Amino acid sequence: MIRLNAITRTFHMGDQVVHALNDINLVITSGEYVSIMGPSGSGKSTLLNIIGLLDRPDSGRYELDGRLVTDLPEIEQARIRREKIGFVFQSFHLVPRLTAAENIELPLILSGVPQEQRQIRVDEALQAFELKQRAQHRPAELSGGQRQRVAIARATIMRPSVILADEPTGNLDHQIGAEVMTLLENLHHSGTTLIIVTHDRELGARAHRQIAMRDGKILTDQSDDTR
Amino acid sequence: MTLADTLQTSFRTVLSYRIRSLLIVLAMALGVASVVVLTALGDGARNYVINQFSSIGTNLLVVLPGRAETSGSFLGAVLGQTPRDLTLKDAQLLGRLPQVRRYAPLNVGAAELSAVNRLREVTVLGSNADLIPVRHMQLAQGSFLAHGTERNAQIVLGAKIAREFFPRSQAIGQRVRLGDSRFIVSGVLASQGESMGFNTDEIVIIPIDYAQQMFNTTSLFRILIEAKSHNDIEPAKRAILAALKQSHDGEEDVTVITQDAILATFDRILHTMTLAVAGIAAVSLIVAGILVMNVMLVAVNQRTAEIGLLKAIGATSSDIRRLFFAEAVWLSFAGAVFGSLLGQLGSLMLRLAYPQLPAWAPVWASIAGVLVALITGIAACLWPANQAARLDAVQALSKR
Repeated sequence: MIRLNAITRTFHMGDQVVHALNDINLVITSGEYVSIMGPSGSGKSTLLNIIGLLDRPDSGRYELDGRLVTDLPEIEQARIRREKIGFVFQSFHLVPRLTAAENIELPLILSGVPQEQRQIRVDEALQAFELKQRAQHRPAELSGGQRQRVAIARATIMRPSVILADEPTGNLDHQIGAEVMTLLENLHHSGTTLIIVTHDRELGARAHRQIAMRDGKILTDQSDDTR
Repeated sequence: MTLADTLQTSFRTVLSYRIRSLLIVLAMALGVASVVVLTALGDGARNYVINQFSSIGTNLLVVLPGRAETSGSFLGAVLGQTPRDLTLKDAQLLGRLPQVRRYAPLNVGAAELSAVNRLREVTVLGSNADLIPVRHMQLAQGSFLAHGTERNAQIVLGAKIAREFFPRSQAIGQRVRLGDSRFIVSGVLASQGESMGFNTDEIVIIPIDYAQQMFNTTSLFRILIEAKSHNDIEPAKRAILAALKQSHDGEEDVTVITQDAILATFDRILHTMTLAVAGIAAVSLIVAGILVMNVMLVAVNQRTAEIGLLKAIGATSSDIRRLFFAEAVWLSFAGAVFGSLLGQLGSLMLRLAYPQLPAWAPVWASIAGVLVALITGIAACLWPANQAARLDAVQALSKR
């Protein structure tokens, strides 16, 4: 359950003040599949970063699973990111010198999971995302689709309750992009909240709830009744 | 993140940037090695000098005639003093002092030595029987000048002289001519090589009376005195000065040098020198530390996106700080260990190249070198690691 209450976020560009988020009120219940759309500069990525606790709002309240997280200290926020939130990026953000398996293992290392358990969980993830053959390859030796699969495996290895995807197919061709979307939607089917930021209307339309943004405000918020 | 995982992860990072890591470790190692080798050199020189001094005798005092050292000058006359020679009588007087175990008067000159169709110029030492124990000399064969028989025309040859003049036959008992006098070879010195600028292999020793006669002088070059014990050195020095002042009509015109004082001075000088070279070498360690800082700053810049990602997947600022910190610790540690080994190897090579130089790095220097390497490496990383930890996750992630 994500509850945003009067969230604002402003940036200063020289002497100009940009309202990236302007009084946002939003409730996303657990297990929802939401797409956030809008042109660049509409504040959709900032919204995602605030939900993911990478950025702090200038004012407003943010409750995650009933807990006020806006003013938590940095260490606590990091712990929540680790345990409840999984990020998927447009440019994958894999560590180039680590193998696919080691990239997937990173969140487990950060959480202090013992070596033997890490091994088991990474193996499971490799299996689930059909990366077994590529486990010992570095990102440079992987295709775009494989890289995003590694990134999704990494985002889900901690079994988070929320997956935040920022243009997850932006660097992939259409067919591979569709495959990646299927993977993400499968996560949603198993109960994870899925929030996707995109400016691709077709992609956004796949979500059960579509939020359109412009100039830091929510323009429309539509839900499919077929859900 | 557990400590073991932090160390392991950063160790793998170090390994993955192979060339960069190798160069830093090399810079660190050379710094540590230079501290070790230079202090080994300095301390070796110190020990070498001390050994040399100890080898010339124990509890030794040397009496020099006042300012007659610069003989031929009119210094004494100018100052209105009478330059008074040290005489054999003075030596005998000193020999009777209670603090003195034995004494050896010394005269030095040069003369032609000839025997069996050979001839060469040699350094001639005139002395008495006690020169051997006082000066810690050793005989290879035969006997030294006999006690109380200074009138006997005996000569003792240095090892090299004996070899040159009598390559095939026994030198003992042979007749030789030194200057205008004839001598019988009574002994041959053991080869000792150079010692305090005096090659004992190329001298001959004759009784002091003969030497004084030959060089037509009554004054002594110096008197070597051995005190009864270490504690008697200072009293002996005072007694010698007092006795000679009395016999020289109340004028203090001799100089007494104690071996101890020289030794202490050299020890001090060479120890300071060792510290100085260690300090110079330590500068190179600090340079290496700055290199580490530079490289780590570049690394933070290079890995900005990675740092952003780590934060996104739940790394705390202190996780990031520790990761970079651990990386610097590994690099410095490897540099220190490798440098110590390199330093030991360098000292070993010094000892092999100059066997007479005991070039062992003092323990304090090895420890200090390693510690300074670790401390500078770690200190140099504090700032870059902090920079990394303070990076804004959103901005870091947007950097490609």
